[in-house]
Amino acid sequence: MSPRAVASARPKARRLREPHALDAAAVACLVPSLLYVLVMFVYPFLYGIYSSLRPPQRAGLTLANYVAFFSDEWQYRTVWITFGIAVPNTVIVVGVALLLAYGMRRGIRFERAITTILVLPIALGVILLAEGILGFYGGRGWFNQMLLAAGIINEPLTLTHNYIGVLLSLFMQQFPFCFLMLLGYISGIDPGLENSARTLGAGPFTVFYRVMLPLMAPGIAIAFALVFVMSFGVFPSAILLGQPAGATRTIAIAAYQQAFERYDMSYASAIAVVMGLFQLAGLVVIILLRRRMVTAATMGVGKR
Amino acid sequence: MNGRRGRLWGLALYLFVFGFVLNLLGIVSHVLVSAFAKRWFGTPLPAAFTTQWFEYAWSNFDLGRVLAVTVFVALSVVVLALGLGFPAAYVLARRDFRGKPLLLLLYFLPLLIPQMTYGIPLATTLYRYGIGGTVAGVILANLVPMVPLAIFVLMPFFEQISLNLEWGAAMMGANRFQIFRRILLPLTVPGLLTASILILVNTVSNFELTFLVSGAGSQTLVVALFYNAFAGGVRPVYSVDAMAVMYMTTVLVLLLIALRFVRPTQMVFRLD
Repeated sequence: MSPRAVASARPKARRLREPHALDAAAVACLVPSLLYVLVMFVYPFLYGIYSSLRPPQRAGLTLANYVAFFSDEWQYRTVWITFGIAVPNTVIVVGVALLLAYGMRRGIRFERAITTILVLPIALGVILLAEGILGFYGGRGWFNQMLLAAGIINEPLTLTHNYIGVLLSLFMQQFPFCFLMLLGYISGIDPGLENSARTLGAGPFTVFYRVMLPLMAPGIAIAFALVFVMSFGVFPSAILLGQPAGATRTIAIAAYQQAFERYDMSYASAIAVVMGLFQLAGLVVIILLRRRMVTAATMGVGKR
Repeated sequence: MNGRRGRLWGLALYLFVFGFVLNLLGIVSHVLVSAFAKRWFGTPLPAAFTTQWFEYAWSNFDLGRVLAVTVFVALSVVVLALGLGFPAAYVLARRDFRGKPLLLLLYFLPLLIPQMTYGIPLATTLYRYGIGGTVAGVILANLVPMVPLAIFVLMPFFEQISLNLEWGAAMMGANRFQIFRRILLPLTVPGLLTASILILVNTVSNFELTFLVSGAGSQTLVVALFYNAFAGGVRPVYSVDAMAVMYMTTVLVLLLIALRFVRPTQMVFRLD
């Protein structure tokens, strides 16, 4: 007896057979988590936008907070500072990761060992890395000691508590992520295409430029967008490794200070909204490539 | 000619990876050495070693309490995220309905949007209702990205279970609860383990949300580490490093357990 016949004979089984229906039980399964996301994520977000338009000292809806932000140099320059960190960091991270992932697309030796080590900085988290970088790259750290001993420099380099320190920690944190993601993407491209191109007489550069690059383009775009969005929210490394009161006062720091040092939640929400809008601009790229998004950025990251 | 250039190129790639690994080892072991140093100024290794900084950190940074909070928060988040995520993952894996892509996008947003962006409105909301600064608030905030994480980790595990098993069970008269208890639950144990350990590692090392929501008595280890590292100068750097070593050990133990269940690349899931 075929399942279909059984199903039509038993109403209970028919319910299970129809994957298109959303019955009461299925809705009941979805509701708790959906409610949670709505209450704890969507509502605060919307309320944040609303409260950013309602400063306590004014009546009615007003753009006063946004006007204040964009007319105060101390505040609006955080946007440039953040761009100044996020854009170079994104280009460096994606560029280096792409170069490496492309070179290793045919499989790498010690793959398990290398991927495990690369996962380490992600699992350890940004705070521990920052603490380590402060020591290792600090004025008296091993890095400067080595350079001094090798006679390459005469004075210790200042690599922490400045712009370079922030870039260093962002690179340590985001390079492994980006590399593993691109490696997964590129090694998923059918090697037959490349081989055919080689057989037809294309050199390595032609293969890269004419065959592989168009195929890799969506993956590279996703990588760019993800790394940009992540670096635009840079917060702890800008504090620990940068100059949070000056050269690396990013927009996230500005929002935090407004909320938890000045207790002006309305203004803070406005800054968070501005930050979100700039990130949204980066995300639009991903949403345009939505089909691959969920798999690429959640579990599908990296080689399978 | 071409072959030699190719080999040089390959060598350069490996050298870069080697350099990165060396750099990482340097960073991590610098913390380790510094935590055991009596005093350390510009020499390759400290002159004398001591464990006094661990005692110092333990008593001065209230680490017993911080550790207890961390463990409690992490375990609660695991249980609650799985409880909320399991049924949703089942329906999303099995059913097709209108608006499903939109729903998936909604679940995906907390993972995609950096935590600083939605953490500030979330924290102000929690403080408005008096939950901010409490351990409960920290758990609630951490669940925002972790429920979606649970859903996205569990979904492929449900997709692997053949529908025929459910049909068969239903045909033999099993009701929904029996199907859940006798078929789905046993078959998703690997998925549940994977999701638990990923959530555990992520919650322990998640900084931003916990930082924004936690108060004096509800800091997790990584947030306490940040405050003490930031207070640099006030605290002896060795004691901060001793605390960092304790944090590192916690994460590494979890990571070792995790790698028994998941491929390393499955850990590549950044939340900040």
